Amino acid sequence: MIDFEFHQAMDLDHAFALMSDYGDDSRLMSGGTALVLQMKQRFSQPGHVIGLRRIPGLDTIEETEDGNVRIGALCSQRQVENHPLVLERLPLVAEAYRHVATPRIRNMATVGGGLAHGDPNQDPPPSLIALGASVELSSANGGQRIVPAEELFVDYFETDVRPGEIVTGLVAPPAAEGAGTAYMKFLPRTADDYATVSVAAVLTPDEEGKCGDVRIALGSVGLTPIRARAAEEALRGQPLTEKNIRAAVATVPDAVDPLDDHRGSADYKREMAEVFARRAIIQAMANSSRV
Amino acid sequence: MPQRINLIVNGEEREVEAPARRLLVDLLRYDLGLTGTKEGCSVGVCGACTVLVDGEMVASCITLAAAVDGSEVTTIEGLAHDGRLHPVQQAFIDYGGFQCGICTPGQVMAAKALLDDNPRPTEEEIRDWMMGNLCRCTGYYKILESVVAAIGSSSANSSGANGEGLAG
Repeated sequence: MIDFEFHQAMDLDHAFALMSDYGDDSRLMSGGTALVLQMKQRFSQPGHVIGLRRIPGLDTIEETEDGNVRIGALCSQRQVENHPLVLERLPLVAEAYRHVATPRIRNMATVGGGLAHGDPNQDPPPSLIALGASVELSSANGGQRIVPAEELFVDYFETDVRPGEIVTGLVAPPAAEGAGTAYMKFLPRTADDYATVSVAAVLTPDEEGKCGDVRIALGSVGLTPIRARAAEEALRGQPLTEKNIRAAVATVPDAVDPLDDHRGSADYKREMAEVFARRAIIQAMANSSRV
Repeated sequence: MPQRINLIVNGEEREVEAPARRLLVDLLRYDLGLTGTKEGCSVGVCGACTVLVDGEMVASCITLAAAVDGSEVTTIEGLAHDGRLHPVQQAFIDYGGFQCGICTPGQVMAAKALLDDNPRPTEEEIRDWMMGNLCRCTGYYKILESVVAAIGSSSANSSGANGEGLAG
């Protein structure tokens, strides 16, 4: 690791001041599970590292006035998976975070750090996108932007977080009444690995058993998490029969653009994306109170 | 650039001057001579370097020492008290929970963290928790048996001050 100076930010204003002082030569760090690895491999060689973990007030989970759940960016990922409010209102989010690496890593890694890292193989983003969650970005002098999780990830390890901004929170709405949710992680190697393909589905059957609203998002199948819009279109308003589900997920291979790597070839992942999208839909139906 | 790092390691205040890039595992091993903590994979996957920081288990090989300045750190050296092993350590001996030993400090620290957090884990919860502690000798059943054996005896004294009453 190339040496650097470490600065512990004691509050948000201190962090913004440090960011302004060191600009492009600085990187933000919360849990460090991503940045320290990047620095060890010299992918990242900042002259200054700004520690965020001691900033007070960003590690709470609470219900907002409009019934959403707000998760502070400095909550550890383990805190999210075990929190009663998340388990009750956002079981899909708890499930997704529970699939991240190992308990040790989830103790260290934070929600905000994971989002800012922008790795397309991570577990939480597909579920956050399928639920329609938003990310809160703060900047100096009280500046704030709310970005839908779906728009946060713009390219490979690249996010819409702008210079001078810090991810300060995640706001997720509970799934609609009667909706079923599912997160499927295809993991042929070891239990703590990244997914070969992952799929999150949020599906609301109507009273007649037809598909109402549906959102499907995939991870590990492209440069960013990807939403399977064509499959959603094909399903919406249709009876939830096996034939219709198979026809809908037949559009998934065209929606994804996986990379070849040691977790599988691009062709293999494309096929598995279809298979796991189908399974996620079926699991979401099974988890719905209406089917 | 060197900076002063203050930690409470196994109950003792320690001050070290080290560059910002110093990893916690290296600070423990080289600056403080606490070589019980091992480094395996160096990327936070194998669990050999597990220590507790303010009671939470972390991978010390990907933790910047400067980032945990002011924290309490517990290593394998901090578990035994007055010549008595911590119940988890004793259980690993009684149930043969190690072979070559390189992963053992990390296994013991992870098991202690589990029992501190959840004093009566099910076998499935133990397997899930210990998943990130790799044993290249593949002695996993004995490790599981050791953790199961430590249940009960550990919860009563998570500080490790008393090694009596090992459940078997």
